[in-house]
Amino acid sequence: MIYAVISLSAIGVAAAVILYFVAQKFKVVEDPRIDAVEEAAPGANCGGCGYAGCRAFAEAIVKGGTLEGFNCPVGGNDTMSAIAKIMGLEVEEKEPMIAVLRCFGSRENAPQKINYEGATTCGFAHGLYSGESGCPYGCLGLGDCVEVCDFDALYMDEKTGLPVVVADKCVACGACVNQCPRNIFELRPKGKKDRRIHVACVNKEKGAPAKKNCSVACIGCGKCVKVCPFDAITLKDNLAYIDFEKCKLCRKCVAECPTGAIHELNFPPRKPKPEKKADAPKKPAPAPEKPKQPVTAKPKEPVTAQTKENN
Amino acid sequence: MILKTFKLGGVHPPENKFSANVAIEPLPFPKRVAIPVSQHLGAPSTVLLKRGEEVKTGQLLAKSSGFISANIHSPVTGKIFKIDNVMDQSGYKRTAVIIDTREDEWEEGIDTSPDIIREITLSKQEIIQRINDMGVVGLGGATFPTHVKMMVPDGKKAEFLIINGVECEPYLTSDHRLMLEKGEEMLIGTQILMKALGVDKAIIGIENNKPDAITHIAELCKKFKGITVQALKVKYPQGGEKQLIKALTGREVPSGKLPIETGCVVDNVGTAYAVYEAVQKNKPLIERVVTVTGKAAKKPSNFLVRVGTPISALIEKAGGIPENLGKVIGGGPMMGKALMSVDAPIVKGSSGILLIPEEEAHRLAVKSCIRCGRCISVCPMGLEPFLLAQEVMHELWERAEHDKIMDCIECGSCHFTCPSSRPLLDYIRLGKTKVGQIIRTRGKK
Repeated sequence: MIYAVISLSAIGVAAAVILYFVAQKFKVVEDPRIDAVEEAAPGANCGGCGYAGCRAFAEAIVKGGTLEGFNCPVGGNDTMSAIAKIMGLEVEEKEPMIAVLRCFGSRENAPQKINYEGATTCGFAHGLYSGESGCPYGCLGLGDCVEVCDFDALYMDEKTGLPVVVADKCVACGACVNQCPRNIFELRPKGKKDRRIHVACVNKEKGAPAKKNCSVACIGCGKCVKVCPFDAITLKDNLAYIDFEKCKLCRKCVAECPTGAIHELNFPPRKPKPEKKADAPKKPAPAPEKPKQPVTAKPKEPVTAQTKENN
Repeated sequence: MILKTFKLGGVHPPENKFSANVAIEPLPFPKRVAIPVSQHLGAPSTVLLKRGEEVKTGQLLAKSSGFISANIHSPVTGKIFKIDNVMDQSGYKRTAVIIDTREDEWEEGIDTSPDIIREITLSKQEIIQRINDMGVVGLGGATFPTHVKMMVPDGKKAEFLIINGVECEPYLTSDHRLMLEKGEEMLIGTQILMKALGVDKAIIGIENNKPDAITHIAELCKKFKGITVQALKVKYPQGGEKQLIKALTGREVPSGKLPIETGCVVDNVGTAYAVYEAVQKNKPLIERVVTVTGKAAKKPSNFLVRVGTPISALIEKAGGIPENLGKVIGGGPMMGKALMSVDAPIVKGSSGILLIPEEEAHRLAVKSCIRCGRCISVCPMGLEPFLLAQEVMHELWERAEHDKIMDCIECGSCHFTCPSSRPLLDYIRLGKTKVGQIIRTRGKK
């Protein structure tokens, strides 16, 4: 009995000594800041920052020693300033972004011509044919983006057949942007008071064929380019694009667009402005508009006339 | 007689060859034709002519733009109206040359007489060059440029030429009619291909549901040295290149390799006929036989059609659009695709137009996989379709590649046989595109 206790204790001590030296020899020195940064990150592991997960993001920041080019879209400015504090660095405030669906080919605007019965995945449907409405650029409505969203920020609207971005939940991780086989999603700044203007169309066809499939398609007429006072709109491949860095949200293009392809979001209803009335006394004051529809605004005649005169 | 066939998998869809006894009828071309510049596998051809220029029938319209590419010739005489994007069979817009047609005026040097020229005067190199010049591509459906197939890579040796007269797709009869009506020309084309490849043995594989074609070609073969006919048991997809090689020679094409590994080169009977016309008659590939059939078709027919003719013109000639039409399929019922628009033009690869009645036009409701394993037992490539589809659904591209998704020949047997009517092939096709992209980017690194 006593021998067993002694021998086992001896083995235990010997093993402890060996383990101590081995641990010293193969010690992995890890920057404690990695753990701290990872702790500060949201832990969603969504890949929105461009790294494999929050740990990889933290490792890259600590290894690089700079915050230049790093951004966590999920945590936003709060997370980034917390990380900056750990790292002892400064970080500039970034405008929060949101995913924007650049298509409004709803069942009403782009009527169904073809009956698709294949696998319910946009990836396959995109390779097979041009879509139920015939528009080869527009949303296929099979919901690959909804599937890929980790934040429940997307759902399919049964009525329109289009995905809807839930502004409160979207963290701009970019998963839907990468998943969409037709590159319809774009990350754009959320804007002041959530106000945004974008071209809700990605159709590069000429006017007539684009309009044939969808009543709200961008026909590449260039009216918005002319009316924009900030040179924020460019026309390429029969498609207008609003540069969000230059756009000052003046809404002139929205009123000018003949097809209603330019969407304004979360703006208050248009009101007649007193000083403009003084400039054009002959014109009757535009009638106060009804509260805007949630997504799109139709160009209204009086506003167009006024903006033209002011220019 | 014991009929040969391939061992692994296969299905027996109802044959429905309604138009088997209808003679090939030349179809007059319409006022305006649209010729897409991408009618073959590989790079789209470069258009040589401009708007407003006059073209003659058989004149070179677009030039091959790479190694795997093919020339495209004008199938009609007329004036180029414009070069524009035209909706193809999938609904996407692709570049096409639109020509306003008038009376045929053939380009010089093309022999349009019905005389059969039997003597082969050109050398091996000249034949391959001529096939390249005349824009001949595989007419079985894949439209792989034939001249590329004829160039056997160094270190490999061709032993057999296999001529594919199987036509295992239900409904279609274009190859069947071609063998009956242009049998001798087709055999001369086979001889030309044998000369180009430097082989002395050719086997023509024909399924046993075409006994008239088997006896006819066997009779004609007596005059030709080295060409034999082999009757095959009826089984889909016997017309697949790899299945046909297995059925005729017992050899198996290794995974990811080309048929030349087994010493075989496979060409369709339509291609053999096109080669005859190109080499002996100097006539480019500008027309092909297209079957218009289906349970809804009023008058199932076989037409000799110029490339670029709108599909609607063929349907019109075959009795018009029926009232109970559910969908129109380009190709056969197993591998073909439903058409977006009947205004799309016929291309070199169109083998048939199928009019399906409304009651048969819809897929059945998708149910859960019951793990019966029928898709595995019918897969002619020995794959596990249910597993591949699952992997694609979960975006497990590496596992799908490991499970040989790229070996799938897209025959559709799995989907055909599935008791839960799951869209297995849809997902496998999606997976093939994705895995193909991954493999290509890996190759670039």
